[in-house]
Amino acid sequence: MNVLLDHLAEFREGFIGTVLLTLASGLLAMILGVIIAGFRVSPVPPLRFFGTAWVTLFRNTPLTLLFLVAWFVVPVIFMPGLSPWAKALMALGFYTSAFVCEAVRSGISTVPLGQAEAARSIGMTFFQTLRLIILPQATRTVLPPLSSIFIALTKNSAIAGAFSVTELFGVQKLLSDQGFAIAWIFLWVALGYLVITFTISGLFRLLERRMGVAR
Amino acid sequence: MSSSVLYDAPGPKARVRNRIYTVAGSLAVLGLIAFTLYRMNVKGQLEPEVWNIFNNAGVRTSIRDGVVTTLKVFAVAGVLSLVLGLLLAVARLSEHKTVRWAATGFIELFRAIPLLITIYALWFLFLTYKNDLGVVGDNTAFWALVIGLTVYNGCVQAEVIRAGVNAVPRGQVEAAYALGLRKSQVMTMLLLPQAVRAMLPTMISQLVVTLKDTSLGYIITYSELLFAARTMASNIIVNGENPITAVVIVVGAIYVALCLALAGLATWIERRGRRAKTGIAVAAATEPSVVDGTD
Repeated sequence: MNVLLDHLAEFREGFIGTVLLTLASGLLAMILGVIIAGFRVSPVPPLRFFGTAWVTLFRNTPLTLLFLVAWFVVPVIFMPGLSPWAKALMALGFYTSAFVCEAVRSGISTVPLGQAEAARSIGMTFFQTLRLIILPQATRTVLPPLSSIFIALTKNSAIAGAFSVTELFGVQKLLSDQGFAIAWIFLWVALGYLVITFTISGLFRLLERRMGVAR
Repeated sequence: MSSSVLYDAPGPKARVRNRIYTVAGSLAVLGLIAFTLYRMNVKGQLEPEVWNIFNNAGVRTSIRDGVVTTLKVFAVAGVLSLVLGLLLAVARLSEHKTVRWAATGFIELFRAIPLLITIYALWFLFLTYKNDLGVVGDNTAFWALVIGLTVYNGCVQAEVIRAGVNAVPRGQVEAAYALGLRKSQVMTMLLLPQAVRAMLPTMISQLVVTLKDTSLGYIITYSELLFAARTMASNIIVNGENPITAVVIVVGAIYVALCLALAGLATWIERRGRRAKTGIAVAAATEPSVVDGTD
């Protein structure tokens, strides 16, 4: 109990760090994921190949290895001098984008064929069909898996703490290294994650109710 | 094919346009690869000396030992997590309220906490009470990793198995009771075999997650593949720097190959299962990556 009250500043900073990292990398993963999903359903073979390679590569690589790449390979080959936060953002965002892509792609394929055919037969262009007919309906099927993906992302952001980015796991590491009772720290840090994941699942449940499309 | 929802069969104009996109896309993808290779060349990562380290017997032994330790953790944790998953699933379906609630609480708690935190807390606990733990005390990091992986993945496996049990048609259970089978017999002879059979692809896909998560051992300095690679790379100096890029590429390829092999097994079992006639459908192989923990 005292651990929390005596180190409220550290816990608060860690909590905010986790929230910010999750939000930022979630946004990056959404943008990349939708683009890659677009590549994967496009009629252009090299883009399809690129999308498939992207998903296969990032889905089958351990996240810890991606962090290792971001910390020790990217600075050598591409850009030196990136902040740890930016590196963590890249590792988490790229990793999660593969899962977002698969969710979006399967969402698009659940829209009944007749919907797109009807849209085309009344003379809508490809982008009109996508924007007005397909994506609104796909969004509804995509919401539940996206919620799981963001919850997993929140949990995965703990690895960033091990690579010295300020967030909740970093707080646990710091305090337990200082010799505080591990059980209490564990409990408080776990509670912090629970708050975030419950908020995410609650938000998505709200969204699902709002965006309900009768089929 | 999902693209059929979005596109008409291309006419002559669209075919020309697609061909232009194909060329442009190819150039972009090739350009990306070429740029990466160019940068690697500029930074001296393509020098023959850098890649020559893999001809060294010591380097090969390190990588092999890393793979072996990773597979050892994976094998123990994988088997234990399946056992725990079965037990938890049965407990969650129990008719006794206390057992059901205890199992539900355990599953919800450990599924919500990041695995890394569980592993780290276990490791710290084991280090603190090292002398009281006897044999386990010598392999603190190994057991922290194995128990952490077992608890987390066991909880996920339990939910997968429970979904399978719930998918068994109600009439089968009623028929079994009508034949005079006991509760335990219905569970072990009727529900679990069908649930495990139907959920096998999903369970194997979760094992892919378990395999990937063994890399968390890197953080508690357990010498699995990733940690072995990092240690090795920082001990070797080629042309004045550590060959970490080359080592990461090789180790990454090993991980991807291992995961793809397991995922392939899941897909194969799914395809076989779809041919068979049973009460419940065999689940899709890629399900857990969307349903739960992508970590």
